[in-house]
Amino acid sequence: MTRAVRLWLAVGWAGALVLPWYAIDGSFWDFAWLAKYPGDATAPLLLQVLAHGRWWLLPVPLALLAATAALALGRDDARLARLLVGTGVAGLLLMLAEGAAIDHRGWSWAWLQALAGTSGPKQSGMGYGALVLSLAFVMLACQGLAARGWCRGDAFTVGAIALVVALVGVFVFFPVLEILFSAVKDNDGRFAPAEFVQKFFDRSVWGLDCLHSSLRCGVAWNTLFLAVVVGAGSTLIGLAFALIATRTDFPFKGLLKVMSVLPIITPPFVIGLAMILLFGRSGLVTGLLYDWFAVPRSRWIYGLQGVAIAQLLAFSPIAFLVLIGVVQGVSPSLEEASQTLRAKGWTTFNTVTLPLIRPGLANAFLLGFVESMADFGNPLVLAGNYEVLATKIFFAVVGASHDQGRAAVLAIILLAFTLGAFYAQHAWLGRKSYTTVTGKGDAGLAVPLPRGLRRLCYAVAGPFALLTAVTYATILIASFWNTVGRDYSLTLQHYVTGFSVEWGARGLHFTGSAWDSFWTTIQIAAVSAPLTAAIGLMTAYLLTRQKFAGQRAFEFGTMLSFAIPGTVIGVSYILAFNVPPIELTGTGVILVICFVFRNMPVGVRSGIAALSQIDKSLDEASLTLGARTFATVRRVVLPLLRPAMVSALVYSFVRAMTAVSAVIFLVTAQYNMATAYIVGRVEAGEYGLAIAYSNVLIAVMLGAILLIQLAVGERRLGRRQPQAVLAVQAGG
Amino acid sequence: MKHATGLRLAGLALGAAVLAAPGIAEAQGNLTLYCTVQEEWCRAMVQAFEKKTGIKVAMTRKSSGELYAQVKAESANPKGDIWWGGTGDPHLQAAEEGLTEEYTSAMNKELHPWAIKQWEQSKKRTVGVYAGALGYGFNTKQIAEKKLAEPKCWSDLLDPKLKDEVQVADPNSSGTSYTMLATMVQLMGEEKGFDYLKKLHKNINQYTKSGAAPAKATSLGETTIGITFQHDLVTFVVQGAPIKVVAPCEGTGYEIGSMSLIKGAKNMKEAKTWYDWALTAEAQTIGGQAKAYQVPSNRNAKAPPQAPDFSKIKFIEYDFAKYGSSAERRRLLSKWDAEVKNLPK
Repeated sequence: MTRAVRLWLAVGWAGALVLPWYAIDGSFWDFAWLAKYPGDATAPLLLQVLAHGRWWLLPVPLALLAATAALALGRDDARLARLLVGTGVAGLLLMLAEGAAIDHRGWSWAWLQALAGTSGPKQSGMGYGALVLSLAFVMLACQGLAARGWCRGDAFTVGAIALVVALVGVFVFFPVLEILFSAVKDNDGRFAPAEFVQKFFDRSVWGLDCLHSSLRCGVAWNTLFLAVVVGAGSTLIGLAFALIATRTDFPFKGLLKVMSVLPIITPPFVIGLAMILLFGRSGLVTGLLYDWFAVPRSRWIYGLQGVAIAQLLAFSPIAFLVLIGVVQGVSPSLEEASQTLRAKGWTTFNTVTLPLIRPGLANAFLLGFVESMADFGNPLVLAGNYEVLATKIFFAVVGASHDQGRAAVLAIILLAFTLGAFYAQHAWLGRKSYTTVTGKGDAGLAVPLPRGLRRLCYAVAGPFALLTAVTYATILIASFWNTVGRDYSLTLQHYVTGFSVEWGARGLHFTGSAWDSFWTTIQIAAVSAPLTAAIGLMTAYLLTRQKFAGQRAFEFGTMLSFAIPGTVIGVSYILAFNVPPIELTGTGVILVICFVFRNMPVGVRSGIAALSQIDKSLDEASLTLGARTFATVRRVVLPLLRPAMVSALVYSFVRAMTAVSAVIFLVTAQYNMATAYIVGRVEAGEYGLAIAYSNVLIAVMLGAILLIQLAVGERRLGRRQPQAVLAVQAGG
Repeated sequence: MKHATGLRLAGLALGAAVLAAPGIAEAQGNLTLYCTVQEEWCRAMVQAFEKKTGIKVAMTRKSSGELYAQVKAESANPKGDIWWGGTGDPHLQAAEEGLTEEYTSAMNKELHPWAIKQWEQSKKRTVGVYAGALGYGFNTKQIAEKKLAEPKCWSDLLDPKLKDEVQVADPNSSGTSYTMLATMVQLMGEEKGFDYLKKLHKNINQYTKSGAAPAKATSLGETTIGITFQHDLVTFVVQGAPIKVVAPCEGTGYEIGSMSLIKGAKNMKEAKTWYDWALTAEAQTIGGQAKAYQVPSNRNAKAPPQAPDFSKIKFIEYDFAKYGSSAERRRLLSKWDAEVKNLPK
């Protein structure tokens, strides 16, 4: 234990003595601050106290000193562990207190101002030094807790839990609480619970007029209904594709995968736009139907139907990604056992396969449900007069009424729905065991689907595949049309405007108007994807393999940022991180953090789904053989988690490139994102450039997905290869 | 406890992520511009300004509603210096809430009276930079197909033959549509204005979220008639869409695109340089070149030839002070919600 403690103490002292305590202006790669080091703005903690008169920081290094002194007790002294916990927690609390009490304008609390009688000292946001030292405090406390027997004395587990809790606390709970508090305030910031009640029970939210009249129902019911339809539909379609991909001899599986992955790598608005170009009143398909069959032109696409179709196109692939890992994981030997016992194909599927993929189904439904609720792009383009919460919240914030309180109230309702779905899922899954990947010999062959089911799968997947193909053909071709929807002559103009490159005096010049946002987007997505996958899978591991108090609350917390609509997250991030102690607005970091914690639930979900299939005895075997938890995770669990890892990486990369409502508030001149740029194009009516840019993004994401799959690889589950069997038979 | 390597790695990864650039760079002669008109226009303005003054501009483009929300959220520690363009109401609201700074520019004497009125009403906190007239456009193909007479007035939109053929934004989400609501109330009186909107409701196929969306829909033939600002329609006419723009015969309202200095701006000197420059005739002719067809506020600046001719439009006396105030806005919007939006068709 002392070695790890010494290490974290060294890290802590490095944070206190060397690194600049406060945040530094300029980008990560801008080292201009080194020239001024250690000046007023760049000095480390101790120098800030001694040379720059920031006396309120003094208790912080004292806590670190106390922890260092405690080492003298020796490793066997029980007091050491207690002291480590005490000093670690005290250090964090002291940092929290001084950071919250003093900001860039002086005392942040009125009573402190009144007490001191002055506006108080000033300080800017915390920087590298504060970050490193707080990390050291957390880890020292964890070493102490582990020594006192928490999590069977496993410091890795305690540290991992503490790290995730701390991160989720700072980057999810803190901003979300900030915005939820504004639900009970009126527009001038005063406490107004009556207004909350009135907004909450408004007829526009809960009205049921659509059941008995031509009036519209409340926005809450609309959203719920749409989400259930989309959740169920996408799970079904995803399952059909997963079964076809894993359990049939369908010849074009590769194509199937690419095609079902396409919709998630499509930037928002584009599917909606393509739907309008195809099925709108002046759409291509509508025109053909009118000319050939005299089907009258109508506006049917604008409304529940249109949004539901667009969302199914967009979210079924997520269900597919979740389900394919799960269906692959179902042990063939169980199915073989069932068949040996003379069960028919259907019976086997109904009583063995289907129950075993229940965690996958539940997770797929939950994702579709939550995604549909949080989706913003499709309803914006297609919903017509069918209102949903996500757009309503957006326009409550940015619309002419500027009612942030209403946005917060609606966000609470949205959150309640997600919470409900989350608990319903838990109840349905119950406490049954879904373990199928065990350490025992498992060399079965996957059972082919019963014929009826196979036909059903094709019947579901076929039309969906056709619709996807037509939609994407439209998107591809539309980028070459002169004026989308009107002038169908072909041109390269849109690509030239966005992505022209010139060979100038000093080499290559990216002169197209889209390049800036394009490079920023790639960088942000590439940084956030591995972080998202890492923290997501680590959380999933902690949730399924470790037992600790408050586990359920912890699990819910990790789902929270996913459930809250992007708009609310965007505004809450500005509210929370615009002022010291954590000042991040206007940087690329806030975008990365926003993506990591917004997309982390996907890593968690797919990790949980995969882990609940892997028998604990594998971990236990590794532990029994003397491997520590970390080695077990790295050598046993992670390799088995490859499909989950791929889906987490792919998903977070793609989401970082396609998210819109959260980032629209966070982008700045230096860090503009592709989607924000595309929204601008759509607003200006330049569909051509918007679609051309989207096509470029789609190509980039496809490339990235292939790279990720190559880099991570497939998991190997010691099962016979059908080809090998055939070869043996042929040879025999 | 020898196996804390994973934590170290996680710590490193996190560190690397968080290390990347807290705070934003601000050297001498910089300006952070919040721009709320079309991207091209923003870019053209920035290029011309940089060329003229040598001040480096970092520009963020958003819709005016989004930007108002951002300025409000950032008010404790403002990141932007100047907010240029976009419909006047959010500027007025920001002025009302003290988010923006008072300023008297030497250029004020060259401005049209309506631009100065905006400045006086906001207690010197925002000034008009351009104006745009409300109106509607119809898809000439669709009108011909339906064998309808070309509409000319607001009252023509109530024709029962136009059932489900008119599109306008939801005034709750769009400043454009709120301008129409306020125009009707001022044009016909509150009771008759709401009567008109109730009748019009039968012909509305969709209340869109974005104010300019009906212009797009009209150009594509997704709707026959779209109610919006005339310059938004002109954009599509110039692109060759079969749209004819109508300035309603009864008279119509207008918006005043505005500009405000953000309170607590870090580059106040540069922001004022922009402010003065943006009011010059030279800066105000840039709009026309960037395919923006609003009418400039400087009397010496020429409006682009495609812009709606203000001398031929009948305008109402639009009371921006009254209808731009948040109390009146909220009252009219909730009345519209209660009496118009939920009416059966």
